Amino acid sequence: MTAGRVDPAAGDWRGPRRPYDLVKEFIVALVAVSLLTVVLALLFSSPNEKGVTLEQWAQKAPNDFIATTVSELAGTSTSASYGPPYNHSSTGQQIGPLHLQKWAGVRIPVDPARDFVISPLRTMTADAAVQAAVRRYEAAPAAQQDQWAGAYADALSKAPEGDPAQVAAGDYGPVPAMASGLLGLAQSGALDSQLVNAGTGFYQADYTKPLLFLADGGYLADLAQAQHLSGNQWGMMNETGNFPGQPWLWLYTFWYQVRPFSTSTNADALVWGLMMLLSLALVLVPFIPGVRSIPRRLPLYRLVWRSYYREHGAPRR
Amino acid sequence: MSQTPASGRAGERSTWTGWLRAHTLDAIPPEHLLPDTQPAYVASWIYVFGVLALTAFVVVCVSGLVIALKGPTWWQVSSRGHFVNSLHLWSVELFFFFMVVHLWGKFFMAAWRGRRALTWMTGAVTFLASIGTAFTGYLVQQNFDSQWISTQAKDGINATGIGAFWNVLDFGQMLLWHVALLPLAVSVLIVLHILLVRTSGVVPPIGVDLDGRVEGAAAKEAAP
Repeated sequence: MTAGRVDPAAGDWRGPRRPYDLVKEFIVALVAVSLLTVVLALLFSSPNEKGVTLEQWAQKAPNDFIATTVSELAGTSTSASYGPPYNHSSTGQQIGPLHLQKWAGVRIPVDPARDFVISPLRTMTADAAVQAAVRRYEAAPAAQQDQWAGAYADALSKAPEGDPAQVAAGDYGPVPAMASGLLGLAQSGALDSQLVNAGTGFYQADYTKPLLFLADGGYLADLAQAQHLSGNQWGMMNETGNFPGQPWLWLYTFWYQVRPFSTSTNADALVWGLMMLLSLALVLVPFIPGVRSIPRRLPLYRLVWRSYYREHGAPRR
Repeated sequence: MSQTPASGRAGERSTWTGWLRAHTLDAIPPEHLLPDTQPAYVASWIYVFGVLALTAFVVVCVSGLVIALKGPTWWQVSSRGHFVNSLHLWSVELFFFFMVVHLWGKFFMAAWRGRRALTWMTGAVTFLASIGTAFTGYLVQQNFDSQWISTQAKDGINATGIGAFWNVLDFGQMLLWHVALLPLAVSVLIVLHILLVRTSGVVPPIGVDLDGRVEGAAAKEAAP
């Protein structure tokens, strides 16, 4: 729009008017929408797939639980190699030269080996074998710890179905005893509260640690895959069962399906950065040349105001 | 103490309260705030979606307030709670459906014309804030959805650096954002948006001046 040019749509309308009851329209709409909501709730209810507990994970998929525990000790799990905001294991993702994840810093410290494995094992004071294993592990140099955990992780990956009982013989130090001890703790249900409680005392509101540990395993992801919730299934906008999820997130999940995002190691940073830009563009549509002119070039507005144009004549195209 | 009644605008503006009242009435005259007539061109079903979105938001807030009154675990352990949760879910779905249709409708009407850019911008920001509000709602359900969505979403949010301050795995933080901060933000934005609509009026049709004359039609009438 040229500076100084009078905007023909600015100002009070002086043309023909029609009667209108704003309050009546609001009340009628409120009643109609309320009734529609009640009908939909009665007909379709709402989804509520129970949450997964660490106890359930350890009982239903013990091999996956063991492998995840060992990966925490070996430093190869997602959490152990995550970087900011949890630890310094990596620099995280970036958008070109922008290292936003790194610049934000480590503000939610998580040490997966200590927080998910060693600290809970220390609470098993009645189990002498586990305590001895933890003492031996902690007394060893870091390189030795890594060697034990790495070797056991490799051996588990080669065992049939990752079964610890079928692992080839090797020097794994105290790691098998520690993993087995944590499995027992989890199967008893005690680990669920321990991970939440860490550092917060009696009251519990922060589930960062148990969620990170749970997500490091394959069990949660397998359940999500079965519910068509994975990233490559457009899962961000899906919901458990046949319920509608968050369809308004379709554009977020769309980018994850196409190149270069689908193959990039910085996919999250790129997609979320792009969506921030697009969101800003949506807000600034009135000021973006070309985009703000689209409505004039498409005939859809003639449909909206067809009765007015029919009565008073249509404008030139 | 004797009081002399203020007369005229100058008298009204001699106190802070009078100044605020006069400015408010100048900015939003009652006949604009609660009109009983509309321009003749406001005669399409597309106009209904704004008020439908608003009323759906009212249902979202009322059902959410009931859940808030009973606490975050109520809907998990009570059939009545589950029903109210269903009302909350479906009103949210309707709210977004009506809002998106309203948004597209306003886009194709170029509703930002006539110094109405701020109206469009508050509407767009309301849409974005609503996405955040709905998202945090999914995070505080305390079920499989919450676990999966939070552990997946953290990667995107952490990648932008925001996750260091806004932890989607922290149930307590997300609950407060969902039931207090974001609904308050959306409510304020909606009030601002509606006040802007009421003060600026509904945008006239493309090609029509404020006296109701259509560009092409006027030319045709002028032709011999």
